Amino acid sequence: MDIEFIRENSPFYVEAAFLTARIALIGILLSAGIGFVCCIIRELRVPVLKQITAAYIELSRNTPLLVQLFFLYFGLPRIGIVLSSEACAIIGLAFLGGSYMAEAFRSGLEAVPKSQTESAMSLGMKRMQIFFRIILPQAVATSVPVFCANVIFLIKETSVFSAVALADLVFVAKDLIGISYRTDEALLMLVAAYLVLLLPVSVLCSLIERRVRYAEFGNTGIVSGN
Amino acid sequence: MQNLGIQVLFQGTNFLRLLEGLWVSLRLAVISMALSVVLGIFLGMRMNSKKKWVQAVCRIYLEIVRIMPQLVLLFLVYFGAAKHLGINLSGEASAIIVFTFWGTAEMGDLVRSALISIPKHQYESGYALGMTQKQVFFRIIIPQTIRRLLPSMMNLLTRMVKTTSLVVRIGVVEVVKVGKQIIDASRFTTPSAAFWVYGMIFLLYFAVCFPFSRAAAVLERKLRD
Repeated sequence: MDIEFIRENSPFYVEAAFLTARIALIGILLSAGIGFVCCIIRELRVPVLKQITAAYIELSRNTPLLVQLFFLYFGLPRIGIVLSSEACAIIGLAFLGGSYMAEAFRSGLEAVPKSQTESAMSLGMKRMQIFFRIILPQAVATSVPVFCANVIFLIKETSVFSAVALADLVFVAKDLIGISYRTDEALLMLVAAYLVLLLPVSVLCSLIERRVRYAEFGNTGIVSGN
Repeated sequence: MQNLGIQVLFQGTNFLRLLEGLWVSLRLAVISMALSVVLGIFLGMRMNSKKKWVQAVCRIYLEIVRIMPQLVLLFLVYFGAAKHLGINLSGEASAIIVFTFWGTAEMGDLVRSALISIPKHQYESGYALGMTQKQVFFRIIIPQTIRRLLPSMMNLLTRMVKTTSLVVRIGVVEVVKVGKQIIDASRFTTPSAAFWVYGMIFLLYFAVCFPFSRAAAVLERKLRD
């Protein structure tokens, strides 16, 4: 183990970690947005759009991110759509994450007991009112654990971005191994970088989960996601 | 132009080669899955142990698997083992080690939660009928657990299949690699090959995973009723 080597090369990792974090953040926000929209479309049974969302969710859940990225990065330019690595990474992550988030929200919606809808109906509320005032607030609370699991899953998935020539953590590590043959140091820094990125997220998630558990209505079983 | 492009898939043995490549990743997924199921069941039974140190070890193991990206684990085993233990692991061997390591944790957690979900009175009724601990476990608890486990096991299998696409990064010749070879070979004859080949690989993965995730969803719905 060569401390000097680690000190010399850690700036590369820091830079790559910031890049990973930035893309993950944008990707996760977009995924949550896409997931939310998809979920509302499915819940309100909007014709045509409903079928499109269903197809999208199945397509994105049943294919690996790596293949999606390759298609975006190497495939699309052949028919005239050229995207930068970073754009590919963000689009790929949002495409993948959107469906996972949609499923997370759906499981939350399903966990809201039917009696809630019925009570609201008997109070004379309209369909939209019931959805936005009664169902949604409860569903959001129940879907938090799955949402958190998805956030961790998506951050982990960013590790494949090196495949589309994005200088992320894995890319830096592989580069260092290739240049210097210092496998130990390079891999150690790689592991450390992911720990620094993900451990706080993981701890934060379990804290949030513990808090929102009080918000649940009754005792609902939550199917674990991703 | 684009009509010409799609032909690249059917030139010579290209399509067969893609399928063969897909089989390489599927085989890895199936082997790792089988190992994970066996090891995971043992792990899951241990995870409910009351011993503090067993709990601690399981917790750390799960947390490592939960936090480290599979690709990082692959790199650790593939590059790390060669240097440290002096064993030259092939890409396939490292992939099986890593995916089993990961799958066992996931499976263990599934088994643990399935075991917890069995109501206590099931055990108690068994004992009340004079059954031994072993009988209660194998005749009453296990059959019910398996029913509850099936949907999530199928989901795990599709995840395993999807994750095996990562092995192209450690030099295993599987479907993505074969696709690259085909694209490189036809770079000048069909410039749009990349679009069709990667598109096809995308659909192939979908064709493999979709039936399983569908089955999982159907089973889940059935079990709820």
